[in-house]
Amino acid sequence: MKVLLDSGRCQGHGRCYDLAPEVFGEDDEGYARVHGDGVVLPDAERVATLAAKNCPENAIDLIQDNALQGATS
Amino acid sequence: MTVDDRFADLDWHRDEYGARGTAPVTGPVSDWTTDFSHVEPEWSQNPYPILDDLRQRCPIAHTDRFGGAWLPTTFEDVAAIAHDTDGFSSRSIIISNVRPPLDIAPVGVAPPISSDPPFHHGARKLLLTVFTRQAVKKLEDATRAYCHELLDQMQGREVVDAAQDYAQHIPMRVISDMLGFPPEDGPKFAVFVHNALEGINLTPEERVAKSALLTDYLYAQVQDHLANPRDDLTTYLLETEVDGHKLDPFHVLGTMALLLIAGIDTTWSAIGASLWHLAKTPADRERLAAEPQLMATATEELLRAYAPVTMARLVKKDMHWHGVDMKADDWVLLSFPSANRDPERFERADEVVLDREENSHVAFGLGIHRCVGSHLARMELRVALEVWMERFPTFSLADPDGVVWSLGQVRGPRHLPLRLG
Ligand code: HEM
Ligand code: SF4
Repeated sequence: MKVLLDSGRCQGHGRCYDLAPEVFGEDDEGYARVHGDGVVLPDAERVATLAAKNCPENAIDLIQDNALQGATS
Repeated sequence: MTVDDRFADLDWHRDEYGARGTAPVTGPVSDWTTDFSHVEPEWSQNPYPILDDLRQRCPIAHTDRFGGAWLPTTFEDVAAIAHDTDGFSSRSIIISNVRPPLDIAPVGVAPPISSDPPFHHGARKLLLTVFTRQAVKKLEDATRAYCHELLDQMQGREVVDAAQDYAQHIPMRVISDMLGFPPEDGPKFAVFVHNALEGINLTPEERVAKSALLTDYLYAQVQDHLANPRDDLTTYLLETEVDGHKLDPFHVLGTMALLLIAGIDTTWSAIGASLWHLAKTPADRERLAAEPQLMATATEELLRAYAPVTMARLVKKDMHWHGVDMKADDWVLLSFPSANRDPERFERADEVVLDREENSHVAFGLGIHRCVGSHLARMELRVALEVWMERFPTFSLADPDGVVWSLGQVRGPRHLPLRLG
């Protein structure tokens, strides 16, 4: 799984970095940042999904592995 | 001693010059679809059945009161307005019978909440760094100790007023410490907050006179901080620069007023409404006492179900919008509480589900004005409930009729008699 953050929509509610610190961090104004390239380890998939569903701005998209493979192959 | 010309000869009593007033209309609502009023007792007692009914029958209600106002009730419409700063202005965010003059935009009286783009961004940015989650973490221990101190004073009493004796004091102390005001001034803040938020149907002259009390207080604090700069938010606002310039003196005073008012009433309401819910719902209270790990989802759910803050906007120009004809300078009541109970967005929207995991509620608003204090408010609410549940896990409503709800756009219990044990 991979997360995509739309920083144009993010308003810094901070739900994502509270719920999924493995995947998201914050910049010094409280807006979200994705750690690394956004690839989510299997252990963190549950919290990454929760983060996406709790974002009031719908700023987080989840891309499932099968979709990723489809895009690269 | 620092000499700061900005405040030397300032006539800090700024009247609402050029404001357009309309005659107050009060009294029972005849029809909620065409004559709604959020300042009548029926609404403050329990607005949710009204909002649920409107969402089904008439998703954008109207009233001629306040010189004309709209009330959208679906999540989709509330979100669309919060995101549309071209169509809707924040020139005033509290509905009253006075529309502030057009030339007050884009700054407004209390930046950034009263500001529109492009001015808004800079005024917000300078606050964001002060209210991040990291910055707020540093205040947690002191907040917890203060909650204990308040409850120490209740020990041994059978009935307490949780709104007056507990909920109110927590945000007052936190924000007054941050701004660097004397802690004993708390009772004064309660008066300022009441005047700003509940004096909706007063005449323009009465409103100006009452807001002067707050500006006088803030002006004295500014003078004191100019003479004795220290490490607090007031000194920061006095010294910070945006685009190479220090802030306009009215900007400093307006932001101080905003932080004092936006920080107190809202969090007071959230803590009070949460305790009210737990007091009247023994199953939820017992569950939270037995499973303290639910606190994180529970606080979000209580914020969703009892979102304390409703904002307002002013329509910028005549337009046909989602099926209704809005006129320039019509008010729009922006009901985050109603959005939070829209069944299109939330399953079991009218129930409190303490372990609700998917909860994209909008108690802190949406779009560019998203609450700057949301991390602080979340910390205060969580700590206030944790400490209360630890000390008084068993409590109930001592007198359901004795619960008094605030009037207007920030809703929470102002009296909450609870029986302990
Ligand atoms: C549970 C408590 C709180 C709730 C429910 C709440 C809710 C809100 C909402 C809904 C807005 C959006 C306003 C709009 O769209 O016009 C807002 C803005 C704001 N809030 Fe809060 N608030 C709370 C606590 C606080 C605290 C503790 C502070 C700071 C001390 C604070 C400071 C602000 C500021 C500065 C803004 C303006 C942001 C901007 O316009 O960019 N709030 N709040
Ligand atoms: S929850 Fe959404 S809006 Fe909030 S910080 Fe994360 S991405 Fe941004």
